[in-house]
Amino acid sequence: MPVYCKSQCGNRAVLRRPKTGDALCKECFFAAFEAEIHHTISSNQLFQPGQKIAVAASGGKDSTVLAHVLKLLNEKHNYGLDLVLLSIDEGISGYRDDSLETVKQNRDDYQMSLKILSYEELYGWTMDRIVAQIGRSNNCTFCGVFRRQALDRGAKLLQVDSIATGHNADDIAETVLMNILRGDTARLRRCTDIRTGGGEDSIPRVKPLKYSYEKDIVMYAHYKKLVYFSTECVFAPNAYRGHARAFLKDLEKVRPSVIMDIIYSGEQLRFKDTVKKPVRGTCSRCGFVSSQQPCKACVLLEGLNRGLPKLGIGKKSKGDRMIAEQNRELDLRERANLVKNDF
Amino acid sequence: MANDLKLILELSAGAELLFGNIKRRQLSLDGSQKWTIGSLLKWMHANILTRSPELFIQGDTVRPGILVLVNDTDWELLGGLDYELQQNDNILFISTLHGG
Repeated sequence: MPVYCKSQCGNRAVLRRPKTGDALCKECFFAAFEAEIHHTISSNQLFQPGQKIAVAASGGKDSTVLAHVLKLLNEKHNYGLDLVLLSIDEGISGYRDDSLETVKQNRDDYQMSLKILSYEELYGWTMDRIVAQIGRSNNCTFCGVFRRQALDRGAKLLQVDSIATGHNADDIAETVLMNILRGDTARLRRCTDIRTGGGEDSIPRVKPLKYSYEKDIVMYAHYKKLVYFSTECVFAPNAYRGHARAFLKDLEKVRPSVIMDIIYSGEQLRFKDTVKKPVRGTCSRCGFVSSQQPCKACVLLEGLNRGLPKLGIGKKSKGDRMIAEQNRELDLRERANLVKNDF
Repeated sequence: MANDLKLILELSAGAELLFGNIKRRQLSLDGSQKWTIGSLLKWMHANILTRSPELFIQGDTVRPGILVLVNDTDWELLGGLDYELQQNDNILFISTLHGG
């Protein structure tokens, strides 16, 4: 028994949307999916006419769909945006080098300019070399911290007005859950924000796919025959997120609205005044946004360059002790050299 | 055999990594019995799943987050596990669990 499209267009339905439960045909699904993203963009005033927007492109499903839909909506609704692709090359052979090929395909398909910034040029270190130094625990910390800042650096270089990222509804629901499980109130406060940053010294980030379900994104990419890259990173996968994800996917089976419900809960949370709030400032060393002095990226980098890769991992006091100890040793060695040279 | 059930089985977006990295194969199943997606999953588990079955199968169904399409239609519209496979059906599994 074929199921027909709910919009009564007369076509056979091809999928059931998890967000609404509606059975739709291909064309009506495309229209609904795109209209919802347009609604998210316009009701939240994510963009202004004449702005230059960098699409953070990894070559994965989310950023590929984001680039495609933004280009389409920009033309259809005359947003008046100058869209460019911004990619970060972490220097992970067998992973990022392949996915960057997909981004180059996006560049050609969507005729957008593409800027690729590498960890190598920004920090002097590739992830391959960092992993060789630190091993396979905590390597995701380096990668995450560096990527966040690398996007800011790229955006500054390209002089864009904001960065659009491909975070989807499932990602955000996972993040809310993870932050609750970690008691991370600082992140919990802002993880559902559709726009973050954008103070004097930082370039705002926006999430146009905030309310788009992962299933819809994958189905959209499939039916539109968009090419995307889908290999897991060759280094340790994020185990904690994996648990949150599996838990949510199980819940979603019995209650598909759970994704939107968790996002809603996150949006409505309010914190008591007594809950510590991180103060956003700029790093005294590199000048990029940070709530710590110096910023995490600078501390991690210092650790790598000093041969103390664990420096930025764990408590700051522990890191300070490590630096003090190394300085003492260097000082002793220098004095020993002086003594030798005096004779 | 002449009355075998012939199917095209496709795996994509990372799901193929659990099946010897083969994205597309033609299957000939014993045509003397009825086949559903449910029994196809059992057959896949027993015959071609090469590693980490828990990343593909959960209980008697696919792990949540893996999308199943029959002739390019969402299996949720076709009865899910109970859908009875037809001659020359194309079954596609898309993983949504890989990188983004």
